[in-house]
Amino acid sequence: MEHESKTPWWLKALQTGLIGGVVAVLSCLIGMIESFHERDIIAGQITMGETVLLLIVITFSYFSSRGTEDTALPKRLTSGALTGLVTGGLVAGLVLLGKWVNLREILVNASPNLYKILTFEMENTTTALAYLLIAGTVIGLLTALLHLIPTVWRRAVIYGLTIVSLIALLQDLIRITLTRFPQITEALAWMFGSRGQEGLSVNGAIAVFLIVTALNYASATRGDSIRSRVRALPTGTQQGLRWGSWLLLFAFLLIWPRIAGPYLSEVTNGIGLFILMGLGLNIVVGYAGLLDLGYVAFFALGAYTMAVLTTTGGEITANFEWTFWQALPAAIFMAVLAGVVLGIPVLKIRGDYLAIITLGFGEIIRIMFLSDFLKPYFGGSFGIVLIASPTFGNLRFNTPQTLYYVILAGCLLALFVAYRLRDSRMGRAWKAIREDEDVAQAMGINLTSTKLLAFAMGAAFGGLGGAIFASKLSTVYPHSFVFLVSINVLALIIVGGMGSLPGVIVGALLLVGLPEFLREFSEFRNLIFGALLIAMMLSKPEGFLPEAVHRRELHEADNAANTAGT
Amino acid sequence: MSNILTAQNVTKRFGGLTAVSTLDIEIPEKSIYSVIGPNGAGKTTFFNCITGFYHPEEGNIVFDNRTILGLTSDQISQRGISRTYQNIRLFSNLTALENILVGQHALLKSTLFGPIFGLASTRREEADALKEARRLLAFVSLAGKGDLLAKNLPYGDQRRLEIARALASKPKLLLLDEPTAGMNPNETEDMTKFIRRLRDELGITILLIEHDMRVVMGISEKITVLDYGEKIAEGTPKDIQGNERVIEAYLGRGSAAQITA
Repeated sequence: MEHESKTPWWLKALQTGLIGGVVAVLSCLIGMIESFHERDIIAGQITMGETVLLLIVITFSYFSSRGTEDTALPKRLTSGALTGLVTGGLVAGLVLLGKWVNLREILVNASPNLYKILTFEMENTTTALAYLLIAGTVIGLLTALLHLIPTVWRRAVIYGLTIVSLIALLQDLIRITLTRFPQITEALAWMFGSRGQEGLSVNGAIAVFLIVTALNYASATRGDSIRSRVRALPTGTQQGLRWGSWLLLFAFLLIWPRIAGPYLSEVTNGIGLFILMGLGLNIVVGYAGLLDLGYVAFFALGAYTMAVLTTTGGEITANFEWTFWQALPAAIFMAVLAGVVLGIPVLKIRGDYLAIITLGFGEIIRIMFLSDFLKPYFGGSFGIVLIASPTFGNLRFNTPQTLYYVILAGCLLALFVAYRLRDSRMGRAWKAIREDEDVAQAMGINLTSTKLLAFAMGAAFGGLGGAIFASKLSTVYPHSFVFLVSINVLALIIVGGMGSLPGVIVGALLLVGLPEFLREFSEFRNLIFGALLIAMMLSKPEGFLPEAVHRRELHEADNAANTAGT
Repeated sequence: MSNILTAQNVTKRFGGLTAVSTLDIEIPEKSIYSVIGPNGAGKTTFFNCITGFYHPEEGNIVFDNRTILGLTSDQISQRGISRTYQNIRLFSNLTALENILVGQHALLKSTLFGPIFGLASTRREEADALKEARRLLAFVSLAGKGDLLAKNLPYGDQRRLEIARALASKPKLLLLDEPTAGMNPNETEDMTKFIRRLRDELGITILLIEHDMRVVMGISEKITVLDYGEKIAEGTPKDIQGNERVIEAYLGRGSAAQITA
């Protein structure tokens, strides 16, 4: 809020509290709290359900007590407390209402169990209600106090808490992965408690929190001095360091499937395919600003080309029986062709209209593969089975852990191409079109070829992803290529930051990777997801890792000075 | 001196409105030529006809002895006409330097393979382009601001950056649409000198739309006055200053008589 509004501050705090209360009550009534309650964040101490409620109160009091730089402390504290009180009050109201009326007839989730959670399993309702109100107020107050801590510390604490809950949430996975290394069994037991328990143990949670917080604080306060010390090193050493860290990362990527085991590798492969698609769509949407909602079509075309050319059985009439490597160029070519064919009629179409047309195109391709008319060629709803896996000499890439390398190679290739094109003449032309199409054209940019090239490049990555996808599953069905895939790819670009390459990777990890681990919450996945997306768009509309301003003028001058000096 | 641009009988209509009507203009090479007129006289529409944003219904436009009628704006730009806009239209989320680099687009050759494989020729081309962009940046006295996003530059800098971007395509004819709009007298003075420098040092023909009469009268060699899409006067600044129809167009009927009286 930059401009002064007429609403008094206490009314605002009340309003925020009301919204928070409604959110809390709603999340109770849809059964989320109850089902999350079955999982512990810290073994035997705090459950996931309680954490969510806590988080709601904290979030809303945080915003209500934020104020401006010079807001007085009492005002902040009262705001936070007021918001917490109202939020707690609404929850208390729900409990009270449930006492008198049988809500369960209409709202199935208003179960006795829920009330038990909300009243801290206390017998006496009055005390429990008082507890709720007090808890809300105290949490609100404490949250308001957060504003007093210097930003560095505040950020470190928030990071610490986030990482603790993340590790606790993913503990199953971490445990399964790490049990493959018997050397650290004891450390694991110390951190996660004995077997059968969920979540972190108390000392594990404290340890993780302290380590993460300290690390974050150190990087925030000492980071600059370390960075400047690195910068003081001679250019050669600096370059060596940079290459060294890249090599380290690369080596890690190479041995990752061995550490991760089959399940995690499978998840990684899924993320990798989305990274591949994200990189492709990023050229079309992020660089050239052409909103394409039918991107899945290119993915489907790549997959089906691979399928038709390599299948060795099933119902369809084709029997090319090519190998994976023979079919791969054909798959990419078909996708590129489709990109150009789609591109030509939509050259003059902008914005929303382009989005609608591409959306239609995506559906047409899917329905074409589904159709009975083309069943002899594409197998209709039964799809195509027995698709070839990539082979290399005697090696067959048919398990998640081996296929990983094919996907990694694809991603690295796409990343390299996208990176090289970003600051090339073509990349600049794309960005110019994104900014102002008419002016770009008046600057001598041929819109036809530039736009078609963007579509073709994007389609090529999609086709490559599709081809690998087909041989990964060894079957393709039209059902794999629904509209939602296009939306997911677009969403990961937006979350990561339009036009940003690291953003694509982060977006894919968040949007494809995270839900994979939270599968048990499947019922509420889309809800949480939607809420997170809205929150993110409000607080960070440019994405997590927005495209950095590329410094060239002064940077070049520095380099010139450096080379002159040596 | 030969004419670099000749407009013959150019007419542009929007529905029932004739924005430019049977306009004839001859612009001599290496001159500074102004088009003036009250608001809505059709000056910018005429600019848009030259640069291929609009296609006139009648008439012909000859540039460098060849007609440019029916060409798209990118083809016209490649022939050697460049322009700026009345309301600044920079690529606002690109840096100043990148804006100029985009201006060089048609002069560079690399497509996909050069940059992907890092060919030597492409790298040389890029290095040269960057050098040229930095030179242009310094030429419009924006040196050191090349890494700022165009939208973050102050207004006057944006105006000059737009000119630098237009110059990057090495035009023979530069169209400036109200280059001093929104500037204070000092800035206007600087801009006037700068425009003259463009012609004197780079040998570029300048076609100017301008409202500030001090600028127009100070630097133009020839002026055309438009009103309601029609040419009402043409000549040297001196001719125009005394022209009754021009004064009438600006101040209304009857004013001319009062002033001359």
